[in-house]
Amino acid sequence: MLDVIGKRKYFLGFSGLMVLASWILAVTLGLRPGIDLKGGTEWQISFSKNDVTESAVRTALKNAMPEAGETNVKRAGDGSFLIRLPGLDEEVHQKYAEALKKDFGDLTEKNYSSIGPAIGSELKNKAIWAVALVLVGISLFIAWAFRKVSEPVKSWKYGVVTLLTLVHDVSIPAGLLAVLGYWQGIEIDTNFIVALLVVMGFSVHDTIVVFDRIRENLTINRGKKIELGEIINYSVKETFARSINTTLTLILVLLVLLVFGPPSLFYFILTILTGTIFGTYSSIFVASPLLFLWQKR
Amino acid sequence: MVSKKRLVAVLIFLVALSVGAAVFDYEPLWQKISSGGQWKLGLDLAGGSLLTYEMDLSKVAPADQNSVVTGLRDVIEKRVNLFGVSEPRVYNETSGGKTRLVVELAGIKDVNQAIKEIGATPFLDFREVTQTADATSTLKFISTPLNGRYITSAQLNFGSVTREPQVDLQFNDEGAKIFAELTEKNVGRPLAIFLDEQLIEMPTVREKITGGKAQISGNFTIDSAKQLIERFNAGALPAPITLINQQTISADFGKEAFDKAVFAGFLGMLAVILFMIIYYRQLGIFAAFALVMYAALTLAVFKIVPITMTLSGIAGFILSIGMAVDANILVFERTKEETKKGLSHYSAIEEGFRRAWTSIRDSNISTMITAAVLYYFTSSFVRGFALTLFIGVLVSMFSAITITRTMLRIFIGRDEIKK
Repeated sequence: MLDVIGKRKYFLGFSGLMVLASWILAVTLGLRPGIDLKGGTEWQISFSKNDVTESAVRTALKNAMPEAGETNVKRAGDGSFLIRLPGLDEEVHQKYAEALKKDFGDLTEKNYSSIGPAIGSELKNKAIWAVALVLVGISLFIAWAFRKVSEPVKSWKYGVVTLLTLVHDVSIPAGLLAVLGYWQGIEIDTNFIVALLVVMGFSVHDTIVVFDRIRENLTINRGKKIELGEIINYSVKETFARSINTTLTLILVLLVLLVFGPPSLFYFILTILTGTIFGTYSSIFVASPLLFLWQKR
Repeated sequence: MVSKKRLVAVLIFLVALSVGAAVFDYEPLWQKISSGGQWKLGLDLAGGSLLTYEMDLSKVAPADQNSVVTGLRDVIEKRVNLFGVSEPRVYNETSGGKTRLVVELAGIKDVNQAIKEIGATPFLDFREVTQTADATSTLKFISTPLNGRYITSAQLNFGSVTREPQVDLQFNDEGAKIFAELTEKNVGRPLAIFLDEQLIEMPTVREKITGGKAQISGNFTIDSAKQLIERFNAGALPAPITLINQQTISADFGKEAFDKAVFAGFLGMLAVILFMIIYYRQLGIFAAFALVMYAALTLAVFKIVPITMTLSGIAGFILSIGMAVDANILVFERTKEETKKGLSHYSAIEEGFRRAWTSIRDSNISTMITAAVLYYFTSSFVRGFALTLFIGVLVSMFSAITITRTMLRIFIGRDEIKK
């Protein structure tokens, strides 16, 4: 039924295209950094009156302080307003609040965050380091964990293949966010980076299950004349149900969180969900063919 | 082989532990039993403000930086305590060679006012003391122009004769002049030192002092002297602070998010339980029990540590529910295989546990690597997530292996042969 090695061209081709498309999208559309990465102020308020419009708020803010520059106002699903302010000054914040109160009556400040550019660039550096460290850390661990079965596949090759699949798994959510950023104005924030790291941790679960089985079957069949491709195919087949099931339980939880969970976590969960789905795909349809392809040469 | 009696004892213990943990986790019930051990909720759930200040230490000599930093924190902590906020937190955070001061104010009403008061520089001043005529001796303080602005440094010293700790102050030229005049006027009398309008020390002047060096030897312990030095240095070596980050979350907003997250958590757990029972039938029921026990135990660990629960922390925990059954799935799938090979139901399960172990171990270690990196590379909000994920994975290894295995060994008869 399932011939991962035989049909590898299709599986690898599909993944290759997805990754390439994601990269192109990320480069051309660009990833929009959130305020915690580039600095800025985000302000969420709601009015007790519910007939306030986006443009009315925008005008009120502009009139309050024409010199402060353009503000970005967006009405959220629950009737509250998300406002981007250019500066970080607390006085500006208070002035705006007063102006809005005067025009529209009582307001509740749900959320106010103002982050300096220094913190932002520092966070960005840390995020890059964290992603790199997790990639390298997991790959090294895999290489180490498989050290006892260096024949016929060298253990470091398991590590490198894992690294490649992890890059695959984080590239696709990044591409998705680039698209969402372009059309919906969704930004990349710390949560997105965390989501990517989590995806790597999860995705490698399934990869390990498959590799573990390959490792076991290689040991059992040592000395026999069985093609590597056949062993890999067989191993993938044997572990197919559990790869799907372990992911399925996670996907169930993620879907529930996506639908019923707090809205502020929506894109965080969406990123993990996308990464998990492609991560499972890569564990089954990418990792093993890559291992085979490399070994064959 | 472990005897059945012992297995039953272990299981009873584990169930009792989980029930106890569940009671401990559920705040309304736990409050009736004990007043201690409350959940710590992060600002994003409880509502409140997080203020981050950057200290400008460029004008402070490297040797004095530590005392300036701690002094600054103490001063601000004192100010913050006046706001009447429950459990305010003030702490230093160093990152990338820069020192920051973080102020957490849970449930604060007027952040604007708080920001103003925190931003004011700590004020240290000297005052003359006069005693009123009557012997009941109420003290009267007369302010002088001498204040912390004129101090260039302060350090700890020990009296040459008494060996008692004393504080050496160095004024700048202008301060030295004022100080000389002041001491000349007050020989034999006390001079009061006020910090933020509060009397902290009242040493007696022994002689006129020129050269701008002051020694204060009161009834100091080494600690009180050090504390004073920190305060002097903070007042004297102005390390200006600037607000670089402010996050304010309303209590309602936090509550709403919290309720939604908890609801989603329960629903997610229910979905996983249903899936396990529908797919694995009898074995799934055991996994479901282990999952519920996992949730109770893990939450209890969070509460004991204690981990401040943030929104992302709860999300991390909910995700770990989805992963906690992974080990069970691996074991059960393996068990199915072994059963196909013709093993009895009982030995198939034992084999399943034994053979699935390597992949369970390796995959969990990789998650722990991720959680550890997250922990060390991120700041407070994300840390909650990393920590809950890490603890969750650890406990899940225990629950999915030990708890499930114990139950299976008891309830699946050894002689039962599966067709």
